[in-house]
Order: sequence, then structure tokens, then C-alpha cells
Amino acid sequence: MRNLQRKIVGHALALLATVLLGGLLSATLVRLAPGFDTDERELDPHLNAQSVQALRDARQKQKHSLLQFYFSYMKEALRGDLGTSLSLGQPVRDLLRDRTPLTLRLLSVGLGLAWMLSLTLALTAAWMRLSIYDALTTIISGAFLCIPAAVLALLSVLWNVPGSLAIALIVFPHTFRYSRNLLAKVYSRPHITAARAKGLGEAHILFWHVVPVVAPQLLAVAGVSVSIAVGAAIPVEALCGLPGVGQLAWQAALARDLPLLMTITILVTLVTLLANSGADVIGHVLQRQEA
Amino acid sequence: MSLGQKLACAILVLVLGASAAANWLAPAGYAKQYREATDAPPSHIHWLGTDELGRDRFARVLYGTRISLLLAPAAALFSTLMAAFIGGLAGYLGGSWARIAMAVTDLFLSLPWLFLLITARALMPLNVSPLVSVLVTFLLLGLLGWTAAARVLCSTAAALRTSDFVRQARAAGLTRQRLFWMHVVPNLKPALYAQFWISIPVFILSEANLGILGLGVAEPMPSWGSLLKELEGLVSVGEEPWKFVPLILLALVVTSFQILLSKHEEVPA
Repeated sequence: MRNLQRKIVGHALALLATVLLGGLLSATLVRLAPGFDTDERELDPHLNAQSVQALRDARQKQKHSLLQFYFSYMKEALRGDLGTSLSLGQPVRDLLRDRTPLTLRLLSVGLGLAWMLSLTLALTAAWMRLSIYDALTTIISGAFLCIPAAVLALLSVLWNVPGSLAIALIVFPHTFRYSRNLLAKVYSRPHITAARAKGLGEAHILFWHVVPVVAPQLLAVAGVSVSIAVGAAIPVEALCGLPGVGQLAWQAALARDLPLLMTITILVTLVTLLANSGADVIGHVLQRQEA
Repeated sequence: MSLGQKLACAILVLVLGASAAANWLAPAGYAKQYREATDAPPSHIHWLGTDELGRDRFARVLYGTRISLLLAPAAALFSTLMAAFIGGLAGYLGGSWARIAMAVTDLFLSLPWLFLLITARALMPLNVSPLVSVLVTFLLLGLLGWTAAARVLCSTAAALRTSDFVRQARAAGLTRQRLFWMHVVPNLKPALYAQFWISIPVFILSEANLGILGLGVAEPMPSWGSLLKELEGLVSVGEEPWKFVPLILLALVVTSFQILLSKHEEVPA
């Protein structure tokens, strides 16, 4: 129990450190970004010299040191104000609110498909124990591992298949390789051979003797697969024309919209950290139960 | 060495040899334009046709292969050295040094690789000369790609720190620095070699992804990434199959690396 608490506290501290450090980096970049110290209203020809001077004086009063700026930036962020995109001229919060549902849908379907395919192929390979089948699945997964994610995205456009399938095919080789190795190792253990010799059904062996052993490790891979899928969302959304967070990040990178890009990166890091931490904690609980 | 590994070696030697001989094999330089023959299909003059700017595709593939295959190992070497320094030292020193170094490493590892790459790429100027863009792209890969290797090297160095021969050397009065350079670093070599070779295909694929997204090597310099960008304009696979040659070449090279590295593949306990 103490170990578990320590684990949760460790993960919480990592998340907090990410938010604080990421926030500092974001605030620094926002402050250093071109155009930070200017006000477009000063260019208005209808304003006279006194009005322009008044605007300048007001801005001068708001000028803070980087640290002060950081604290006010974090305060605003906690209130939900993530700033305004330089290239799109819209609040970052609105941009993210509009685009997050599509990305979440894309990632959940893609990850679901990838895991379904991986586990099906890995389990059949472990059950059949045919070298030809093993070689075939290895070649298929290896082929997808050798193709850049962006090319898979382009091919999905070419063949008119959904972007989620491209995400699934990008994640699949990583999850399949690990699952296959893990399942092959567990299925070769003496207690599984003994269970088979006693006449236990494959389903019984799987759920009673295999799943409890492999679940913590597969959960850890599940956490990593979220990170792979999130990374794959950039080329898939950018090249398939899907208006999600990945496409937004790509547009921000091309336009060098650093405040927007940094905010997205921090949020994405938090999501992947949460996924990894969740997988780690659940895996730990399962391991304790198994012990 | 298995038959597959021999075949992989032969493919790598062939591709490397062809790219090294690009000056003699290619009909022209990678930037030379044949304005009368833009977007031409393969012919006896242009074996892989020309691109939309009239540049010989075969020449661009050869020169692009040279850039990708020369600079990916250079970036891998750089990242391996960084990993050796950070991971090796952290593992050797142990205690809070190792904990801090590994916390930073874990934080980097939790970041999706492509997000990290495009964020770092966007921090640097995009409108730079082609040569600078090549250097920036591969330097970035080297600078950001050390984390996974650092983790492995940290645990290897930590194991060495508590090994009998290091303890014996310490008892004999060797200083920490001398112990690190004379006994720890030489024993990290196998892990360093493995991490170096593992990084090469990862960096080749990352460069290709960056290139397709328009954040890699700038025109007119060719690289596998910028050559694959051509696939964006395709309407069907069968229409202009010769445009897939860079992809086939890249997949062949990465597969060859994977086959050669298969003995290093991590098998879960």
C-alpha cells in the first residue's frame, strides 16, 4: 500500500513539474515572440499623438519581468485563458475546444483497432505455434515499422480509408511485437504446459493463467501506445485534412506560432504522462493482486 | 550471420555504394532542370522520369540517399555520445544524480517524438539555406534522440558501478574520474554500439516524416523526406509507380537495419 502511495505521489509530482516547467517555457516564448511588445491599435490613423502616447503609457505600466509575466500567465492559464494564437488570431482555448473531440475520436478508434489487431495476431501466433504464421506476422508488422508514419497517412488518403486506420497501422507494429514476445514467453512456461496436459480449455488457460501474468506489462505498453498514437496524429491529421489538434500543431509549427505550439505540446505531454501514470498505477495494483 | 543478415548487409552496401557514386551514376546534378521535360515519365535519359520542376528523379534519389544515409549515422553518433555522457555519468554517480537525470529522461520519453521534433524545429528559423536546413534537421534529431539510449546506458553504468572489478579498482585507490574513463566507459562500448545502430533507422524515418510535413530539408536539396513529399500529389498508386522508388528504397534500408539489429531486440522477461 505504501509503495502504491509513493508511486501515485511520484507521478503527481512529475505532472506538476511538467506543468510548471512547461508553463515557464511557454511564458518565455510568448514574451520573446515577435510582436509581443506592440499594439496594433497604435497604427490606427484616426488616433492622435496623445492617444497613441496614452496607449504606450498604459502598456508601459503593464510591463513585467519574465517571472512576474510567468506568474500572471499561469494565473490566466488556471482560469482557462491559454492566450491567443499569433497566426490564427483566435483564443487557444477555443481552438482546442473545437478540435479536441475529433482527435480524441481518431485516437480512440485507432488505438482500439491497433490493440485488437495486435492481440488477435499475437494470441493466434501463441496458440498455433506455427513458424510460418509467426514469420508472416513478423514480416507484416516489420513492413509497417519500416514505413514512415506520414507515408501511411498519405496512402490512407490515396486509398480513401479513414485516418483512424492509418493511426492503427502506425501503432500496430509496436504493440504487436511486444505482445507476441510476451505471450510466447508466457505460453512456454511449464505451468501452462501442465494446464494443457490436464485438459484445461484454451479460454480457461488464457483468462486464468495468462492474462493475470501479462496484464501489468501490457498495460505499460498501452501507456506507451497512447504516446505513439498522439505523435501519429500530426501527420495523419495534417495530410488527411482532418481539423484536429495534430493539424493545429502542424499549422502552428509552419507559422512558427510558438505560444500555440507550446500550449499544445504541454497539454499533449500531460495527456501522455497521465496515460503512462495511469497504466503504471493500475499495473502495480494488478501485480500486487497477482502476488 | 544468418542468410537474412547477409542479404541485409548486401543491400546496405549496394545502396551506400550507389549513393557514394552519385556523381558518376547520375545523369546530372540534383538541381539541374530539364525545362523541356517537366513531370516526364521514365525514359532512357531519365530512368525515373523528372519531377514537376524538370529535375532528374534518379539523380535526386541518389543524392537524397547520400544525404539521408550520411547524416542519419552522424546524428546517431551525436545522440549516442550525449546518451553516454548523460546516462553513463548518471548511472556511474548514482544517487540523486541518477534520479534527476532519469526523471528528465522520463519526461522527454513521455513526449510524443513527432510533437517534440516539430516543436523544436519550429523554434529554429524555417527560412534558411538548404545546407543549414540539412544541418538543423539532423542536429535536432541528434539533440533530441538521446533519451532512450541514456536510460539503457544509465542502467548499464549502474550495474558496472556495483561490479566486483570496479569495487576492487576503487579499493586500489583509483580516482573517480580515472575509474570512469578507464573502466566504466570501455565496458559501456557494447551498449553504445547497439544504441548507435538502433538510432540510425529511427532517425531516417524521423527525417522522412519531417520532410513530408515540410519541416525537414529545404529545397532544392534532396533527402528521402523531401522526395517522399511528391507522393502527396498522387491520385492513384498505379498512375505513376516510379514515384514510389524513394519509399521502396527507404523501406529496404530500414528493413535491412532492422534485420541486422534483430539480435538486439528487447525480449520481455
